[in-house]
Amino acid sequence: MKELTYPFDERQIRALKAGDAVEISGLVHTGRDKFHKFFADGGKIAVDFRDGALYHCGPVCVKAGDGWRVVSAGPTTSVRENPYEPKFIASSGVRIIIGKGGMDAATLAAMKKHGCVYVQAVGGAGALYAASVKRVAGVDLFEEFGAAEACWHFEVEGFRGVVAMDAHGNSLFDKVASASDALLREIL
Amino acid sequence: MNTVEKLAGLIRETSSSLPEDVESALAKAKRREQGGSSASVVLGTVLDNVRLARKLGSPLCQDTGTLAFYIDASLRRKVSPAVVKKAVALATTRGYLRKNCIDSVTGKSYDDNCADGAPVIHYVDWVEKGCVRLVLKGGGSENMSRQYSLPDSTLGAGRDIAGVRKCILDAVVKAQGFGCAPGILGVCIGGDRATAYEVAKEQLLRSLDASGESSDAVLRRLEKSILRESNSLGIGPMGLGGKTTLLGVRIASRPRVPASFFVTVAYMCWACRRGSLKFKV
Ligand code: SF4
Repeated sequence: MKELTYPFDERQIRALKAGDAVEISGLVHTGRDKFHKFFADGGKIAVDFRDGALYHCGPVCVKAGDGWRVVSAGPTTSVRENPYEPKFIASSGVRIIIGKGGMDAATLAAMKKHGCVYVQAVGGAGALYAASVKRVAGVDLFEEFGAAEACWHFEVEGFRGVVAMDAHGNSLFDKVASASDALLREIL
Repeated sequence: MNTVEKLAGLIRETSSSLPEDVESALAKAKRREQGGSSASVVLGTVLDNVRLARKLGSPLCQDTGTLAFYIDASLRRKVSPAVVKKAVALATTRGYLRKNCIDSVTGKSYDDNCADGAPVIHYVDWVEKGCVRLVLKGGGSENMSRQYSLPDSTLGAGRDIAGVRKCILDAVVKAQGFGCAPGILGVCIGGDRATAYEVAKEQLLRSLDASGESSDAVLRRLEKSILRESNSLGIGPMGLGGKTTLLGVRIASRPRVPASFFVTVAYMCWACRRGSLKFKV
């Protein structure tokens, strides 16, 4: 298990390999469909994503006193952000994208160029990921997009995942898919 | 406790607590995977999540899915559709279920998860007397369900058990990376298209323990060999590689007309949430 702590160091990120299990701690920002479109359309918020992490997640958060309690925070499917992600990686300087199901070749190429990895979170593990959020540091775009599409700033501890796409151009999904395809052809 | 409260309790229990057979299949799978591998990390995360959700009594996955009730037909009056809907609405207000029901034409949300046809309610004669059974099935897994029509020339699958096997294995490979593996397959061999999807889904109610195996020798053998072969493909939990692609396979068959031969696969993710409640009759 490799431990990664915000701010994420470019050398450490580039050294990761597809298949490495990781535990992420520190600041993680959520962003999904509306967030990506907002940035693609030139929108701006006062958040510095440089050396940070972006999590494809539409959490369920409820008001608790002055702050927020995170009820569920599992990953959402990442492919929907394919059209936006290469540009976002290039312009934001983000080091880690967290999501589910992997992303396309253009995103993989952008990760290689700019030093970024894709971490697969475990689909369905919403309760556990919610518990790994130690503090909600803030939220942007909440009024505009609502809780599920807002950009939440989570302080996480021991957030578990697996590097599925690394900064060397390797995708674990592609590797497993072609190997299993070959095995299937063998047994059919 | 009144019937609505009891049913709301069933919904909470089902949404927050994985059945014992599924959890123990996950634990067994984790022991089989190499320590520190991505497969073992994923399964460990899943198991920790299962325990935490049970402890908190909160939904173990945020996609609380399509609710399908299978109700003993003799309860038709006591557990009427109106009563079931009341319970679903109550469970939603209490946060046991996410707002998860969208009008397919207007796109608007049914905030209480109730509409014409939601939840899905079947009155059946094959559940235990006085029993209400419930399955929650998420969208990611439902999207991976498939139906084949034999013969299938792209798969080289003919109208026999060998052809059936090819279809099922194809469905397993096509689900990789989606549908939150390790999964469980409910399969119907034969039937008409609509019935076959229902029968395939009903097989997901069967236990993964030996007690849930098919009583038919041919189907039992097929259940076992598909499980073994799928797990030999190296797809693994969440499609990241490993020895556990499926936790179980449950197959049934239905007669067909000579002109058609369907193979229908209902894919269920690891979050195979089923529960049951018994009323005195
Ligand atoms: S496929 Fe299953 S585990 Fe995955 S997100 Fe959907 S309901 Fe949850």
